[in-house]
Amino acid sequence: MSKYASKVSELKKEFDEKPSILKGNYLDKEWWDIPVEFREGNWCFPAKPEVLESLGFANPRKWAATDQDWKLPGGWEKTISEGLKSRLKKYRSLKLFLDTCVRCGACADKCHFFLGTGDPKNMPVVRAELLRSVYRNDFPLAEKILKGFSGSRKLTPEVIKEWHMYFNQCTECRRCSVFCPFGIDTAEITMLARELLNLIGVNNNWILEPVSNCNRTGNHLGIEPHTFVQNIESLVEDIEDLTGVTVEPTFNRKGAEVLFITPSGDVFGDPGVYTMMGYLLLFHHIGLDYTISTYASEGGNFGMFTSNDMMKKLNAKMYHEAKRLGVKWILGGECGHMWRVVHQYMDTMNGPADFLEQPVSPITGTKFTNAASTKMVHIAEFTADLIHHKKLKLDPTRNDHLRTTFHDSCNIARGMGMFDEPRYVLQNVCKSFHEMPENTIREQTFCCGSGSGLNTEEYMDIRMRGGLPRANAVKHVKEKHQVNSLVTICAIDRASLPTLMNYWVPGVSVYGLHELVGNALVMEGEKKRTEDLRENPMAGFEDREKGDD
Amino acid sequence: MKKALIPFLMVVVLALIPYVGVHYAGLGYLFGIVLPYSAMTILLCGFIFRMADWLRRPVPFCIPTTCGQEQSLDWIKQDKLESPSNFLYAAARVLSEVFFFRSLFRNTRSELHKGSNLTYGSNKWLWLGGLAFHWSLLVIVLRHARFFFIMVPDSLQYLDDADRFLDVTLPAFYMTDALVLAALTFLVLRRIRDAKMRVISLPTDFFPLFLIMAIALVGISMRYVTKVDVMPVKVLMLNLLNFSFEPPGEIGTLFYVHLFLICVLAIYFPFSKLMHMGGIFLSPTRNQCNNSRAKRHSNPWNSPIKFRTYAEYEDDYRDKMKKAKLPVEKQ
Repeated sequence: MSKYASKVSELKKEFDEKPSILKGNYLDKEWWDIPVEFREGNWCFPAKPEVLESLGFANPRKWAATDQDWKLPGGWEKTISEGLKSRLKKYRSLKLFLDTCVRCGACADKCHFFLGTGDPKNMPVVRAELLRSVYRNDFPLAEKILKGFSGSRKLTPEVIKEWHMYFNQCTECRRCSVFCPFGIDTAEITMLARELLNLIGVNNNWILEPVSNCNRTGNHLGIEPHTFVQNIESLVEDIEDLTGVTVEPTFNRKGAEVLFITPSGDVFGDPGVYTMMGYLLLFHHIGLDYTISTYASEGGNFGMFTSNDMMKKLNAKMYHEAKRLGVKWILGGECGHMWRVVHQYMDTMNGPADFLEQPVSPITGTKFTNAASTKMVHIAEFTADLIHHKKLKLDPTRNDHLRTTFHDSCNIARGMGMFDEPRYVLQNVCKSFHEMPENTIREQTFCCGSGSGLNTEEYMDIRMRGGLPRANAVKHVKEKHQVNSLVTICAIDRASLPTLMNYWVPGVSVYGLHELVGNALVMEGEKKRTEDLRENPMAGFEDREKGDD
Repeated sequence: MKKALIPFLMVVVLALIPYVGVHYAGLGYLFGIVLPYSAMTILLCGFIFRMADWLRRPVPFCIPTTCGQEQSLDWIKQDKLESPSNFLYAAARVLSEVFFFRSLFRNTRSELHKGSNLTYGSNKWLWLGGLAFHWSLLVIVLRHARFFFIMVPDSLQYLDDADRFLDVTLPAFYMTDALVLAALTFLVLRRIRDAKMRVISLPTDFFPLFLIMAIALVGISMRYVTKVDVMPVKVLMLNLLNFSFEPPGEIGTLFYVHLFLICVLAIYFPFSKLMHMGGIFLSPTRNQCNNSRAKRHSNPWNSPIKFRTYAEYEDDYRDKMKKAKLPVEKQ
């Protein structure tokens, strides 16, 4: 395990023995009196100076959260205070969410970071109060007169440290906003708070380096065009070895009907690549006329975790490329925050995409009226429609070695509302499926603990804590139904959940939905399939595997 | 609990002000005429200002929190209330929040057990307490409308009769009086007893609770204990409604305490979290339709940005792209 996280046994001991506000045996202390302590495992490395310079961002310097002096730029108080004022003018949401909270406490125990740390400042209401207390000090006159009464405070370097800590212990998952009687969305507050912090150079390298890469090479991982193609070609070879079928993806091809965009993690990272193999098999199976772009080679958008402008800037490539290639519409792969951006921001920011057509499935003729304006279809919708029209030849027994459960990704669940399509696909490609407890799925789903750009090694302690509620629910179905596979439709989940499972629930592997589709697809001209896309033996072929070894 | 004690003492002191003012200093005119007019003006103007102040700010993006299945393929059942696809459904969603506190109904209580096991039990007490408080308060306010009519309208009379359904005391007992006090007590106690609530509560959370509690208590004691004569009260209210500045007649001092605290509440209202009453209608995560892919939402300030174009990208990677046999625009 990472040196940045304690052993499971130590953490369990802490949960059992240490008094905490979650258990109700916490000694009373006002949250503003609790000092901020940075220690190993609870802070992300700040952005490297050259990354900031390449983006033209403020205050490039070498520093660490554990430093006493963060070398904030001169006049930083004014930058923050004016930054806040201008954002209050631009976003009704921000103003309203700062004004209307009644501190009813409905959100208090809904945050996965609160459940995993027991830290009072991780209660969503307090997270917002971190900003609200400063806002109150600056704004409404009456509150100012009643200073001390209304919980306002001055903006100090300590407050900035607190913001940095706690606005990075929020994955913008929106779970609290489901329970809030006023729909106050902490994700909105966190997004704008991080935007403010970026103005004074308080940042996270694991977010800004991908942003810089994506701007330059088209994807977060910084893969240049030739390498990007090579990677996919090596997957094509793997598919050929496993199935005997040669799939033929094209790149940057003008005149294709569909542009396919997925997170670059699917092209490069394990286990995302198996999901990519699933897509490639599917497209070949149905004979889709599609192309993949090396320029718009990133579905994800870490700009979302940086600033509104950066989100827009990185997202702009999708429509720009679709226009250049002259495709009819865009098909998007499995990803969480990518879909929050595509579903709720893209058309507004970079639309209208009137050079595209309303998406129609070339196989079933289904018109995707729900994507009539944005012209971008989610792969789970697309595949669910194919299965519903019986256009796929599937053999679900090929996933019999997997006993699955489904993890709803936060953004897909609460920022898009897609619940039934992936479940429909999953239940058609595998026979064993068990839901996790009802308060941990669908709109109440728990984050993997590493979303919104926090999936970095040095943040392991917080990630493993934040992932506890999710892991705990998986453990429940593992014990009850012998579940061994956690299926998800999010690239960050695929990257982060394996670590989380290893830590809390060893014996559960993480799969992308379309990896299972790829396993189940009966391809024309295929050879006898005995192994899944990971080269694990399918049910009934375990012995042969042993014999081969 | 300093956070609870200070607002409690503030309410006690506030309650004494009109008592001293009217009983000893004879300032009936100030407390009966000047203050009510001023308070109502502040409440109305303040409320309108705050609403307008929110409304004038743009809603740049379509950001509903989707708590149910979106509208997608024909054969997939949409959750119309939790993922509304048109104005009507969205309106129903907001109204279900306003009238039934729908989101609070979902509330759970998370518990950490031995072996780091988490459980989430249903927890509807806050929903029940909140609903009891707000509905009782609404009925009580409506009941008070009888003071502003020479002839009490039938609808108000029905409401009054319904509220006095339990005819156990003399004068007949209003159920909402008991309910509002019980709910307020619950709302105060939960802020004191629960460790999480203790941490998140501010004096501004206790103050309106104590204030409304005091208003209710004074009102109840006027009715059942000191039995204040209501006729001069009604005359005063009718006069106020007619914008008359005629001095009030002989009314029990307790009434002035009641009226003064209501004025304090009215003045406090637009400057405080009590504005959630208006804010709930505007929340973008609840009142927007989840149709952002079907219909473009426009942002009035959509900031212009410069992004890296394909041409710039190709210029940087042309040789590598050609080697990888990727099509290029320029040779």
